[in-house]
Formats: sequence, C-alpha cells, structure tokens
Amino acid sequence: MFDPYFDSVAAFIAMGEHGFFVWSAYGLSALLIVANMLLAVRRQGRVRAEIARQARRDDVGSSAKARTSSKSVESNQ
Amino acid sequence: MWKTIKRWYHQLGSPRYFYRFCEAVLPWLVPVSLALLAVGLVWGLVYAPVERYQGDSYRIIYIHVPASSGALMGYIAMGVAGLVALVWRMKMAEVMLKALAPFGAVLAAVSLLTGALWGKPTWGTYWQWDARMTSMLILLFLYLGIMALQNAIRDPRQAARAAALLAVVGVINVVIVKYSVEWLNTLHQGATLKVVGESSIDASMKWPLLISMAGLWLLYAANVLMRARTEVLSRERRSGWVRRLVRGGEA
Repeated sequence: MFDPYFDSVAAFIAMGEHGFFVWSAYGLSALLIVANMLLAVRRQGRVRAEIARQARRDDVGSSAKARTSSKSVESNQ
Repeated sequence: MWKTIKRWYHQLGSPRYFYRFCEAVLPWLVPVSLALLAVGLVWGLVYAPVERYQGDSYRIIYIHVPASSGALMGYIAMGVAGLVALVWRMKMAEVMLKALAPFGAVLAAVSLLTGALWGKPTWGTYWQWDARMTSMLILLFLYLGIMALQNAIRDPRQAARAAALLAVVGVINVVIVKYSVEWLNTLHQGATLKVVGESSIDASMKWPLLISMAGLWLLYAANVLMRARTEVLSRERRSGWVRRLVRGGEA
C-alpha cells in the first residue's frame, strides 16, 4: 500500500493518458482555493488599516478639540 | 453539558470573545488543514491503486468529493445561520452567514469544474443537464446570489435579513442535490461514501479520500473564521476594544 503506484515520474505525469484532465482539475481547484484564501487575508489587512486610519483621524480630532475647546470640531469629518 | 453549550453560545455570540477565539484558533487550524490536505492528496494521487474501469482519471475524486460535500455542508450551515439570524436576530449569525458564502461558492465551482473534467474521459461529455449537475449549478448560483444580496444592500442588518431568507429557502436545493442520484434517473452515480452502511469503496482509496475531505473542510472552517473575524472588526469599528486593537493593543 505504501509503494508508489506509478513506475516513473513520467507515468505519474501522464496519468494513464488522462493527465490533461487530472492535472487541469487539480490546477484549477488550487487556483480558486488559494486565491480565495489570499483574498480573505488581504481583506483583513485592509479593514484593519482602514479602522486604524479612522482612529488616528479621531485622535487628531479630539486633541484639536482639547486645544480649541471654544471652536466647533464638526468640520473634522 | 447543556450549561456548557449555553455558555459557549453566549460567549461566541459576543463579538469581542469571538474575535479572540479566531485569533487563537487560526494559527493552528490553517497548518493542520493544509497538512491533512497534503497527506490525503499525495496518498490519493501517488500511492492509491488505480480504479479498474475509470483509469487514472478517477484520481480527480480526491478533490471532487471533498469540494462537493464541503459546498453542501457549507450551505446547510448557512441555512442554519440564516434561520438563527431571522428568528433571534443574533448578530454573530449574520456575520457567519456572510463569512460562509465566498469559500462555499469556490467549492461549488471546484465541484462543477472537476466533475466536468472527470466526466469527459469517463462519460464522454463535460456536461449533461441531469438532476445532479443542474442542482449543483443552482447551488453555485445560490451562493453567488447571497453574496450579491449582501453587497447590494448598504445597511448590514437589512442585507443580512435578505440573505438569510434566500439561504433558508435555498436549503431545499441541498436536499435535491443529495437525493437526486437516488430518486431520479441521472447520469451521476450514487454515493460512494456512506455514513450508515457499507461504503462501495476499498480502504486503500477510502482513507486518502477521508483525509483530504477532513483537510478541505478544515480549510473551509479556517476561511470562514478569517472572514468572520474581518466582518466583526468592520461592524465593531466604533467600539473601544477594536480601537485598542488597531493601535497595537490586545483585543
């Protein structure tokens, strides 16, 4: 059971004349799955960065408010 | 037992606790799922014996069956999340409903593509409008429809209600996919793996299939937790703990 089924690498690639179907099936699957995982990672980074920017803007806003408490801070947004 | 489940439900229902749960689980969930997938696929592609009638094209099942079953399970989970969102208005159910859709759509697409690529050398055709394949295509459209609804409506809570309704109604299609090969006369064969009763597959092919199935399902779970964590962050952006987190603090 733990001997490779194929005699050679060439036989493995050929998949008994069905190589095109087997490898395009696995290639397309890998492409879709990996792309979706990467999109999920990227979205987490983007949302985090966006919230961090907003938090910094709010920090600047609140310190400006502390300095000039008499003025309106509504113009900040 | 019941108390533990109840506490767990309430804890995971809290966005902050849920976020911490994701951060704790993901660093090992991703490597474990990838390792299982690697073992299952290498075993299936390199070591498993050949199928007598189909030849080596049968090796496509090691991705086709895990993807198809994952797409169906994901949809059932979405139906449950949709029901909880509609009945109890639980926020985390809305988050899960959104997080489950993208990878489920990918798995439905993988199922259709790999099925077509297996069908050509085995049945002599890429596609046939039979009950199993048509209902699987509808499953893909349901996933895409739910994603489109969530993106089309601006208010996240209203978007979730619309998507939840479609998710719940669409569960009927999962039943059709599952039983289409038994009730109707289709080109697609019956189930190879059975929870109850004897599977019609030899152990030398069953084990790699079960391992790659576990791997892909866990990878789906990881993808869902990643997306749910992002959605929680986005929805809770005004809260103190998210502000502390993005400044580099603890969640």
